[in-house]
Amino acid sequence: MLFDALTLQLGYNAALVALGASALGLAAGVVGAFLYFRKRSLVSDAVSHATLPGLALAFLAMVALGGDGRTLPVLMLGSALSAWIGLLVVSWLTRRTRLREDAAIGAVLSVFFGFGIVLMTVIQSMQSGRQAGLDGFLLGSTAGMLRNDAIVIAIGGVLVLAVVWLLRRPLLLTAFDEGFAEVQGINTHRLDLALMTLVLAVTVVGLKIVGLILIVALLIIPAAAARFWSDNAVRVVLLSGVFGAVSGHVGAALSATAPSLPTGPIIVLVATALFTVSMFFAPGRGVIAGMIRHARMRGRVDGI
Amino acid sequence: MAYEASMTEATLAGSPFVVRGLTVAYDAEAVVQDVDMTVSAGSMTAIIGPNGAGKSTLLKAALGIVRPLAGAARFWDAPLAQSRRRIAYVPQRASVDWDFPTRVIDVVLMGLYQELGLFRRLSARHKQAAMACLERVGMQDFAERQIGQLSGGQQQRVFLARALAQGADLYLLDEPFAGVDAATEAAIIAVLKSLRDEGRTVVAVHHDLSTVAQYFDHVFVINRHRVAEGPVVEAFTQTTLDAAYGGRVRLSD
Repeated sequence: MLFDALTLQLGYNAALVALGASALGLAAGVVGAFLYFRKRSLVSDAVSHATLPGLALAFLAMVALGGDGRTLPVLMLGSALSAWIGLLVVSWLTRRTRLREDAAIGAVLSVFFGFGIVLMTVIQSMQSGRQAGLDGFLLGSTAGMLRNDAIVIAIGGVLVLAVVWLLRRPLLLTAFDEGFAEVQGINTHRLDLALMTLVLAVTVVGLKIVGLILIVALLIIPAAAARFWSDNAVRVVLLSGVFGAVSGHVGAALSATAPSLPTGPIIVLVATALFTVSMFFAPGRGVIAGMIRHARMRGRVDGI
Repeated sequence: MAYEASMTEATLAGSPFVVRGLTVAYDAEAVVQDVDMTVSAGSMTAIIGPNGAGKSTLLKAALGIVRPLAGAARFWDAPLAQSRRRIAYVPQRASVDWDFPTRVIDVVLMGLYQELGLFRRLSARHKQAAMACLERVGMQDFAERQIGQLSGGQQQRVFLARALAQGADLYLLDEPFAGVDAATEAAIIAVLKSLRDEGRTVVAVHHDLSTVAQYFDHVFVINRHRVAEGPVVEAFTQTTLDAAYGGRVRLSD
């Protein structure tokens, strides 16, 4: 049954979900690698949590206008807007106050998420608007995924990858040496905003499949796992994309084999498994390789 | 002072690096105050001064890395934006993460960013150019090496090779000799002197007062304000050092 799921033969919906999830994983892995190089992985946590109020407000706005509150593109737009505001607040707090980025991230994450939860509670108590399933965006819910949803996700992923490819040189240069990049004429502040916008795009695209709480895992874990295998930035980026895509595909397939397995969390668990294997068994930077090196070194020192 | 009187408008216009009225503040404290600096073409200038005197900040503000409160730098009488291709900047070695997943040759190739831009493909010619720069600093055997495996002195040489790859006319270095061994220091100064001999201009933040006269022909003495500026024989005196360091250092003969 798992084999059927992996080879997309477990029904139309399962195949859609698996394809969408691997496209999302690929985009998240690639963007996440640049985020990891820039040492800004945690900003993605603030961005993703900051989507919730926008998501809820978009729903409320659609219901107020008399429509179905769950139209995906509109929900994505609302999420993107509020995540963008959250991002600007983090950026502003870090630049204009003495707050460090970690504190700014914590503040934005909790305030936005708290506000979003309040709005969600209001929505749950409403009588109309077909709010059932809206809380699926917290942890991902693929049960009712439509062909159009999958297309939106795929197009979003392709756009994100195209922009990353375009900006690959300045992104790497800035991640390694910000001062040098500035002197080359790269506006590093604007480039950072561009990178965060890509993160935002991945988050919004991933709302349906992984949900806003766990998308951060798909942005961080594949990159962290890939780093164990290579000292070459380009290879780390590619491998991170592959890890992300494999996590998405295998996770979606696994969750399709049983009715109650949630897709998002399973995808994250698959990514975590890849990370664990990488951490222990990667040659060079892996834990076991390091232990062997250390033991050999000790043997040599003792032998003298 | 005498050197200012001798400075004509012609040398000013021809100067590769001129700073006027530069003031930089972190929070409420001015780190660099109303500094004027004029570097003559083809010279080799040491920026010296005590810790916290604003030496690195002066360079960073001139290059737009730090935003100045007032004043600006001009390069060949043009703003920075029009001169980037002719300027090579070597940041402090400690300012980057040497565990970054990249090889020595890739760092040197970063020096070709202006030429490559977003789209141009990396060709064999670019790699040869980068290798030639590594040879010039004696690091050709390390081209494929992961940068995390380098010693401090080797890292500094790689940074210098990246600057060489830019083919610039003005080299601005922030403490190029910090934490490097004597062999590297000699290798770096040899490269810098060869650049000067080619008619290029070198400006370096420098800490070791005992080597100023040996390495450089001009000095710029700063302690938040400009203290002195000019040829070593004129500006590097006990009087100017007393003014900058508060009488704590003696100039040995």
